[in-house]
Amino acid sequence: MELDSSVLIMGEDVGRLGGVFRVTEGLQKDFGENRVIDTPLAESGIIGTAVGLAMRGYRPVTEIQFDGFVFPGFDQIISQVAKVTYRSQGAFSMPMVIRIPFGGGIGAVEHHSESPESLFCHIAGLRVVACSTPQDAYDMLREAIACDDPVVFFEPKRRYWEKGPVDIGTPPQGSTFSSVVRRPGTDVTVVTYGPSVAVALAAAEAAATEGRSLEVIDLRTLSPLDLDPVLESVRRTGRAVVVTEAPRESSISADVAARITEEAFYSLAAPVQRVAGYDVPYPPSKAEHHYLPDLDKVLDAVDRTYAF
Amino acid sequence: MQESDQREQHPERRERSGAASGGPEQDPPTTARDAAAQGAAGTAAHPTPEQVVAGLRATSEGPDLVELLSPEGVFTPHPDYPLEVTAELLQGLYRDMVLVRRFDREGNALQRQGQLSLWAPLLGQEAAQIGAGRALRPTDMAFPSYREHGVAWCRGIDPAQLLGIFRGTDQCGWDPAATRFNGYAIVIGNQVLNAVGYAMGQRLDGAVGGAGNSASAAGAGADGPDGADGPEGVDGSEATIAFFGDGATSQGDVHEAMVFGAVFDAPVVFYCQNNQWAISEPVEKQSRVPLYRRAHGYGFPGVRVDGNDVLACLAVTRWALQECRSGNGPVMIEAFTYRMDAHTTSDDPTRYRLADEEEAWKLLDPIERVRVHLTREGLADAAFFERVAQDADELAAHFRAACYALDSPGPDRLFSHVYSGEHEQTRRQHAEQIGYLASFQEPAESGR
Ligand SMILES: Cc1ncc(C[n+]2csc(CCOP(=O)(O)OP(=O)(O)O)c2C)c(N)n1
Repeated sequence: MELDSSVLIMGEDVGRLGGVFRVTEGLQKDFGENRVIDTPLAESGIIGTAVGLAMRGYRPVTEIQFDGFVFPGFDQIISQVAKVTYRSQGAFSMPMVIRIPFGGGIGAVEHHSESPESLFCHIAGLRVVACSTPQDAYDMLREAIACDDPVVFFEPKRRYWEKGPVDIGTPPQGSTFSSVVRRPGTDVTVVTYGPSVAVALAAAEAAATEGRSLEVIDLRTLSPLDLDPVLESVRRTGRAVVVTEAPRESSISADVAARITEEAFYSLAAPVQRVAGYDVPYPPSKAEHHYLPDLDKVLDAVDRTYAF
Repeated sequence: MQESDQREQHPERRERSGAASGGPEQDPPTTARDAAAQGAAGTAAHPTPEQVVAGLRATSEGPDLVELLSPEGVFTPHPDYPLEVTAELLQGLYRDMVLVRRFDREGNALQRQGQLSLWAPLLGQEAAQIGAGRALRPTDMAFPSYREHGVAWCRGIDPAQLLGIFRGTDQCGWDPAATRFNGYAIVIGNQVLNAVGYAMGQRLDGAVGGAGNSASAAGAGADGPDGADGPEGVDGSEATIAFFGDGATSQGDVHEAMVFGAVFDAPVVFYCQNNQWAISEPVEKQSRVPLYRRAHGYGFPGVRVDGNDVLACLAVTRWALQECRSGNGPVMIEAFTYRMDAHTTSDDPTRYRLADEEEAWKLLDPIERVRVHLTREGLADAAFFERVAQDADELAAHFRAACYALDSPGPDRLFSHVYSGEHEQTRRQHAEQIGYLASFQEPAESGR
């Protein structure tokens, strides 16, 4: 915000309160009410006015309070945000960020634990990304703000309280909107993103004690997908497990599995396995452990690729 | 000045007379009540120029506030909203408010003790909710948001049934069809459209415009001295009420609901509890005009009622529901009140509002003024207050015990009622989860 005066923050409670997760804490004090804007309680209003502001040369960073509350603004995202550049043949770009805390595991009430990312990936014109580490949260958000395309930026709310060192001096090499190998391995490729990265890493740790080497890949960019590192890995390991909290059908995990099958079929020793949320509405929080992929479910899927 | 006869008058005339009744030149408040009537900025002597520009001027006018029972406990009948006030009525309302406040406080305590993941307190809004809740007939339908514990109480729902949502064991612990109290809505504004649709259905079914019609033309109290909240009503007419907050009025859903409600003459009462805050955002972040005045733009009456006055809330809501039952709906009510506690137990109001403001509103406590009135008029004795306090303690104990007793749901809860009948995909995934759980019981044969 210091470097670029066209960057604005907009959302409910982002100003004086600093956001319900305090992500924007202190920013209004530093940058004033014209750049850190407490908006009326209306998501269509937030996203829709951000569209106009972007047309006018601003770079709005909007905050949606919780995943389940993006839908009042969904119409604007699909009908305008995603299509302005295409419709205007580039006369207008749409440099907008839509930040959404997402995923379960925090014991919250209804509509506070959803994984709607696949819905956005289905919409051409949007970039959809998810961070999983503090460093990535910083680097990816910077890249999202600098990007001339609209970026739907998913933040795993389960990880907000996990602290880690962040290097703000060294710019990342290349784009952070790319898949990265979080843990190298030789036996099975585990593809994941966001809150499930930690689950996959824990599973890899456990598998190692049993003599199996899992390679964990963090997709980071969900649309467009960066699958080359995944395909390269699967060609080496011959086995793939996709892990995500989102419901399984018609989802990113479906797409990743299909693409692996299409493009690395002859390298596969077993069908691609998926570990995902069930295709049910998000359950009451005391039952979410039944819903969320855990370490054992990942290891079971790894077993299935061996049992084939 | 009342808005109740607004329909008969030329809208422009109303607008102008409304605009003339307040404005930036308004005197600074001299009593807590005036301060409260002037809204969130009530404790500041004069609005600053910035506040005026921000539209605070328009949200802080208060002359139209309907009040029957003053903060000092003095009763003054209202010509447009007559109400037969008996000792029995007052005692009942007092008891309701005390009991509801008691289990609400218990909700906070249970959250602090880790028994609930969240609690949305209603402290300060007891009158707004009990007044509206007691105006409903059993056949009326209510669409709450997530803080309407007092209305739930009036619908005959055991407060313990509210706990599942906040403990995370369920998403609606009561039967919303049988109780005619819909499940709590968490997505702001969603339920208001649903309420209008339900009311449209009531009209399509011919459940409005019954015998209440002629009575309502005379104004309020259409059901006679027994009140609209009597057993079934005589005419078989129904109405719907939608509850929402001041922040919710910014949502497209609420705006669209008012458009639909108006053009389809839906028998719906839009009941906005203006508690001055939407989490950290004061009401002037939502509107430049007093919220009740928005109703005029849609073409139905808007009434601002003292939301800390249970009698005024009851009388006005009764009138509004009867308007709806008789076919004259919709009506908007703005219950002007204050959220005395945090937005939810995850919120920290000290980050955004001043203690002064809370202190000013404490003087307007909805329960205290009824207690003072009962005492001063000799309508209740010490034994009555003692009995209510005892009932409150018993309710709190029941509430707490019920909370401990709530079991975590098993996997069946995930997969039941996803669809109206058996569904292959759900069945398969259910079996998958059962198998997964069973795998922990079996001897390790998988090699792990
Ligand atoms: C669509 C949507 N956006 C955001 C939220 C998060 N949120 C929950 S309550 C709330 C404030 C609501 O204020 P108001 O409508 O005044 O009702 P109150 O809680 O004060 O009774 C917000 C922003 C939500 N629940 N739904």
